[in-house]
Amino acid sequence: MSSSRDRIFATLRAGLKHTVDDPARPAAVAERIASHPRNLLPKRAQLPHAEQVALFTAKVEALTVTVDSVAGTADVPGKIVDYLARHNLPSQLRVSPDPLLQGMPWGERPMLQVDYGHGRSQDLVSVTPAFAAIAETGTLMLHSSSTTPTTLHFVPDHHIVVLKQSQVTGTLEEAFQRLRDKLGDVNNWPRTVNFVTGPSRTADIEGVPVLGAHGPRRLHIVLIADGS
Amino acid sequence: MSMEVTSQNFEANAAKALRDPNLRKAMGIISGPMASRRVETARELPEFEALRDEGVKIKNHVLQHIDLYLEKFEQQLTARGGKLHWCRTPREARETVLALCRSRDAKIVTKGKSMVTEEIGLNDFLLEHGITPVETDLGEYIIQLAHEPPSHIIGPALHKTREQIAELFEDHHPDYELNGKKAGTRSTEPQVLVTEARSVLRDTYFKADVGITGANFLIAETGATVIVTNEGNGDLTQSLPKMHIAVSSIEKVIPNLEDLSTILRVLARSATGQEMSCYTTLSCGPKRPEDIDGPEEFHVVLVDNGRSEMLGTALQPLLRCIRCGACMNNCPVYHSVGGHAYGWVYPGPIGAALDPHMIGLETARHLPNASTFCGKCEEVCPMRIPLPDIMRHWRELAHEQQITPPLQRWGIEAWAFAARHPWLYRLGACVAIAALKLLGKDKGRIASLPLASGWTDGRDFPAPQSAETFMSQYKSKKKAA
Repeated sequence: MSSSRDRIFATLRAGLKHTVDDPARPAAVAERIASHPRNLLPKRAQLPHAEQVALFTAKVEALTVTVDSVAGTADVPGKIVDYLARHNLPSQLRVSPDPLLQGMPWGERPMLQVDYGHGRSQDLVSVTPAFAAIAETGTLMLHSSSTTPTTLHFVPDHHIVVLKQSQVTGTLEEAFQRLRDKLGDVNNWPRTVNFVTGPSRTADIEGVPVLGAHGPRRLHIVLIADGS
Repeated sequence: MSMEVTSQNFEANAAKALRDPNLRKAMGIISGPMASRRVETARELPEFEALRDEGVKIKNHVLQHIDLYLEKFEQQLTARGGKLHWCRTPREARETVLALCRSRDAKIVTKGKSMVTEEIGLNDFLLEHGITPVETDLGEYIIQLAHEPPSHIIGPALHKTREQIAELFEDHHPDYELNGKKAGTRSTEPQVLVTEARSVLRDTYFKADVGITGANFLIAETGATVIVTNEGNGDLTQSLPKMHIAVSSIEKVIPNLEDLSTILRVLARSATGQEMSCYTTLSCGPKRPEDIDGPEEFHVVLVDNGRSEMLGTALQPLLRCIRCGACMNNCPVYHSVGGHAYGWVYPGPIGAALDPHMIGLETARHLPNASTFCGKCEEVCPMRIPLPDIMRHWRELAHEQQITPPLQRWGIEAWAFAARHPWLYRLGACVAIAALKLLGKDKGRIASLPLASGWTDGRDFPAPQSAETFMSQYKSKKKAA
């Protein structure tokens, strides 16, 4: 008896009828994967970089995301402390063990308890870096790695993302290309890539939009001007 | 098919639905805000219509090469350390998932929203075998508590009112602390109910041995599965347990990340009227040796369940469907009868076109008739699936296979014969119009008409004002002029 796999493929190939033996097919498929041509790109985000940053900020704010702009990494801990105070949160952060974040002057805030690792049920506030941001829709792109556990993106009530202006791109396509360029090879692809567009929400009860369904109730971005 | 099928009772289901006041209220939300949100976000993107065409092109290209893209997906997924399980039937898929859960000695599995798991009847099967599946999408969680099937493919509990949901929570969350308030004083505010579900489900995510999700797309380029969600439950489900199983179906494969980007632009807009859903997550393989979190095992259970047979037939365009739900949000029949009346997993126009193939035309024969042929479903479908044409195809097939009732078939054949013989048609029209005039008497309307009770039970039938047919009036007036 042939396997389910064989039977599914036999039915598919029977359905393709006269085109199935076309010798050009494998090359067409290999080419589309290798060259991954871009389809139509909306004009909205085809802007100079400064305007892309402005569009990104406007898009996320429309999704109730708050944005603090800072001049450099040294100002990040202060802004985060302000955020905690504003929302009446304990001075505890669960932070990605990422070089950028580990290098922040947390020590200047002695009351702040900072520890590094994955998301746990008791964690109220996480701080993570992002890989890129997409101006077109106000979307953050984050991915898993040895220094960026992804449970921090979903478990805590508050997710704070530290983003550099130079990480803002126009479209999903540009963000994917940046990841391809960084990884070099599809074999280095991370376990998971997360696109986050605003805080968790649901409209499952009578279609009424409600924030904070299962993921973070609030999303906050600290945006570093890095001279891009 | 595993979920209990009641499609054969569509007429009775629909009659019952029309008398349900809660359903009337709920359907107003779908025909109102849900349908208009799509229009608003589509208007804000000038390229929206052109992007729909691009999406159709991508899917048509995939369907011409689907065998090769599936092979490539399998190869890439395997290279990332994932495992692909090919399942031809719902039964194979259920047993594959059960065996995987048992390999982990699983007691509790969390589930993200997946229509394919509804299609294969996974939850009941796991329960029968001592494993507790917990739906974590709020809508799915609500209907799991109510022991009901979903009524909408993206808003499974939209048929329920907030009062009904509060009542369900009252019954099922005896230990939930209502801020010191007594039981029975539960608020019906959606915000309060969402918070309750969030805190009740929180521990379960961490206790689960296995997390099961669906997949909206499979990317051949990288071997990734993709989920598109708003609540974050799918991501908690797939990142916390030791094993992640993605249950999906073969037509979800697309070539590369650029094609994903294009289709995402039309998916959320068509579904919920968002520009992007909150969370779009690509998963390929288990956690890497150096990773701090993530599942140790990653499995993809790929279900056929008759899809491969649709290739190269009139049903092939249905394989472009991205399950956005726009067709039901805009269907006057769905607005009237709701999702449950359709009697199987996929309701609305997509169900009327797809279900006859999956559960058999005999059982689903009413569904292709549950249409006014207004064409709105095809107009809003991001993948431009010719849904009315496919429903017409099923109607023709039901007639040919003598599945429709004899009286209806004879009636249509008599009509067709008369239409091919104009003298007979005119004679019939003369007799009919005289009879109708007589029945209408002086009132000009008819309260009850044999063979047309479907019309006259609800309203009067207008009687002709003249006993002459259109043709005879046309001739006499032409002569007079």
